Amino acid sequence: MVTTTRSTPVRKAWRSLIWLVVIFAVLFGIQGAGAMFANWGWAPKLALDLEGGTALTLTPQLAEGQQVSQEQLDQAVAIIRQRVDAAGVAEAEISTLGVGTEQKIVVSLPGEPDAETLARIQSSAKLEFRAVLAADLASNVIAPEPTETAEPTDGDATDGDGTDSEAEPTPDPTPTDASDLAWITDELQAEFDTFDCSTIDAAETNVAPADEPLITCDDISSVKYILGPVEVSGETISDATHGLVTTSTGASTGQWAVNIVFNDEGTTQFAQVTTRLIALSGVQNQFAIVLDGRVISAPTTNAAITDGRPQITGSFTEASSKYLADQLKFGALPIGFQLESQETIDATLGANQLESGILAGLIGLALVVVYSFFQYRALASVTIASLVVAGALTYSVITIMSWHYGYRLSLAGVAGLIVAIGFTVDSFIVYFERIRDELRDGRGLVGSVESGWKRALRTIYAAKGVNLLSAIVLFILAVGSVRGFALTLGVTVIIDVLVVVIFTHPMMQLLATTRFFSSGHPLSGLDPQALGAVYRGRAEFRFTAESRKSGANREAQRRQTIAERKAAELAGTPRDGGKES
Amino acid sequence: MAASMLTRFGNDLYTGERSVDFVGKRKIWLTIAVALMTLAVLVPFVRGAGDYAAGFNFGIEFRGGSQFQVLGVSNTDPTIAEDAIQEIVPSTVVRVTTVGGDGLRIQTEQVTNDETQEIAAALEVAYDTDSITSSFVGATWGADITRQALIGLGTFVLLAALIMAIYFRTWKMSAAAMLALLHDLVITVGVYAASGFEITPAAVIGFLTILGYSLYDTVVVFDKIRENTSELATDSPRTFGETVNLAVNQTLVRSINTSVVAALPVAAILFLGSLVLGADTLRDISLALLVGILVGTYSTPFIAAPLYALFRRNEPEIVARDKRTLALRDKSVAA
Repeated sequence: MVTTTRSTPVRKAWRSLIWLVVIFAVLFGIQGAGAMFANWGWAPKLALDLEGGTALTLTPQLAEGQQVSQEQLDQAVAIIRQRVDAAGVAEAEISTLGVGTEQKIVVSLPGEPDAETLARIQSSAKLEFRAVLAADLASNVIAPEPTETAEPTDGDATDGDGTDSEAEPTPDPTPTDASDLAWITDELQAEFDTFDCSTIDAAETNVAPADEPLITCDDISSVKYILGPVEVSGETISDATHGLVTTSTGASTGQWAVNIVFNDEGTTQFAQVTTRLIALSGVQNQFAIVLDGRVISAPTTNAAITDGRPQITGSFTEASSKYLADQLKFGALPIGFQLESQETIDATLGANQLESGILAGLIGLALVVVYSFFQYRALASVTIASLVVAGALTYSVITIMSWHYGYRLSLAGVAGLIVAIGFTVDSFIVYFERIRDELRDGRGLVGSVESGWKRALRTIYAAKGVNLLSAIVLFILAVGSVRGFALTLGVTVIIDVLVVVIFTHPMMQLLATTRFFSSGHPLSGLDPQALGAVYRGRAEFRFTAESRKSGANREAQRRQTIAERKAAELAGTPRDGGKES
Repeated sequence: MAASMLTRFGNDLYTGERSVDFVGKRKIWLTIAVALMTLAVLVPFVRGAGDYAAGFNFGIEFRGGSQFQVLGVSNTDPTIAEDAIQEIVPSTVVRVTTVGGDGLRIQTEQVTNDETQEIAAALEVAYDTDSITSSFVGATWGADITRQALIGLGTFVLLAALIMAIYFRTWKMSAAAMLALLHDLVITVGVYAASGFEITPAAVIGFLTILGYSLYDTVVVFDKIRENTSELATDSPRTFGETVNLAVNQTLVRSINTSVVAALPVAAILFLGSLVLGADTLRDISLALLVGILVGTYSTPFIAAPLYALFRRNEPEIVARDKRTLALRDKSVAA
């Protein structure tokens, strides 16, 4: 009996510790692989306030006579922030600079932004749906451009392979019927004939008026188009996601697409357009999806899309479809921007300040160690070892997040980690106090560790659950630096629970079997004598004050008369005091 | 002999030989809480001369400010700018960032046009350059961040209340925990108004940390109350209120130890880091954390637990049980 109760916790303890080693090996392996193949560093990347970065100044790009309003700027700042957040947890600082109509937007990012990041921030993501009036090969390209099909995602249309129709580049558009083609004046035709796709940026197609036809090219400058006025604008998009195209049978075609959900207004408009286009032939059957003045896709219309959920396919990769979906979801910038300047900025927080902070933090930690030893004697070594394990795990996870997800450690993040010391140590304190409570009740150490653990674990799960909840909710709903904070909090909570389960408790299980602890050495921190368990004399060893007092009370109950007992029963719940007599 | 004072104290608290009457003397504790909260709300009003928001020292990140861009600087020492500006506008916060190696971006609270010209002139002399531009810089912590943070906060508090109600099988624990949380927030905010410390984004983050901490502490203690009250045998010598009180006392050593351990590093950063070593940017966040940890730990036994006992006091089942317990006690004393 004795041997089984002892060996089971010990075996479990070793199993847990092996798991801990496995977790460390996996994290270390990920870091090592990252360092070897992806040029990762071994330390987390720091945020703007600790490391500095790049300040980008963006000036509004306006059509002639257009003026920028404060509301548009504020909206642009909010949208840019969401875009930066969508790319990771980099904690950018975004603000306006200047007054009145002269305002600019300054985006400060940690590190050096690459071209993709710049495009992500700057591109206005103005999406428009225009009918195609005419299409032609861009003069310097010979190969015809395969186009794509738009289909309703509910799959009631033809098929899903999306490659059977080709844009037919006609040598010259011939105006025949329909009011649509009346848009093409001789002047416009002449302009179209001479239009060179390489001059598209100068043509400012991205700020073209919505109620006039537009000459533009596709995104790889292979086809040029004359498009009708805007029929559905990107503002009517309520959501956008990316995903693989599936056929009506549910099989994946391996092609990436952006799925758009229109609001009511957009749904109605889009249904009208597709219903009209379906009757037309040739390029007029196509509608162009124009992003920032360039056609990203000009699918033919196979069916009227009345559910407001079109799917855009094109030459998307997973990354580019996610990118476009994000841009569409967060909305177009109300105005276009161009990069005015890009400057390197130093850490806003001086290096000496950070050093002072870290030094102070270390002194604080040393005080924690001293206090723990004072309170828990040798048991404090378990606390400190657990803290070291938790610290190492946190460092590794944050480093991996930093290099893989673009997380950046800011001052607020560091502060969060320091407070996490308190949260983490509390798990041990709750556990130790429970063990002591069990010892006070007169249990042996091995038994106390097991039963104290069961009670402590429930408390730890409940309390950490609340913490994790706050981290998850804030991470999902908040923006900017609050998100970074939520991530740090979530990580530390999970690691904290992990450490207490697979390190602290197994350590206690093992230590409980050592003579130093099980004999209740005065320095072990688990001395039953110091905890008041033996004070009650040998005969009463198993009695706590609580049970002694309730024993006395039972005696009092037994002395009750039958009348009193009945009265008591009438007054309230039945009790088992009577049975004992 | 080997037992430290706190351990012996813990023993006595566990057995009930010694106890602090958190539940019984709730009138005192709750009166103190209400008084402190009233004070915490009044302070910003007084400081802001009737305008609540004006009672706080919001940082440039929230309000925007003036920005000076100095180029072609040979010595980028930020203290030169700090001294020069504080001579013109005393006690203003100055943020200096080095830009592109030989440039400085200096941000201050919003200053008047005259002050702007004076500062520009002073900086020109101090840095020995004639390339200075000034402009207004908008808030980096815009209304959109605040709105999203508040939505997140509201959702979290509601969800936490719901989950606690489900876990503890009573909404009364949730309600008591939320009121204690409210107390902690009001007091922490009040301390900012009273100290005049700048509210920066870091301070707000510290504030959010405190929310989590306060609720966490309450859950730990409430879990012990749940355990003790659910194990409550019908022949227990204690009334409901006394059982709650014993549970709080039994977790008191944990509460003290935890708050000391959590507060030590933060206090070291606040006092050593910012006051002795001069890292002022750490000041605002560590103040929020320190006050929050202390108040958050304090509020659980002194506010949350008595409120919970108060909320359940009039439940018929508990009234009946307590009456019987007290009757028995009188009897045993008489016998």
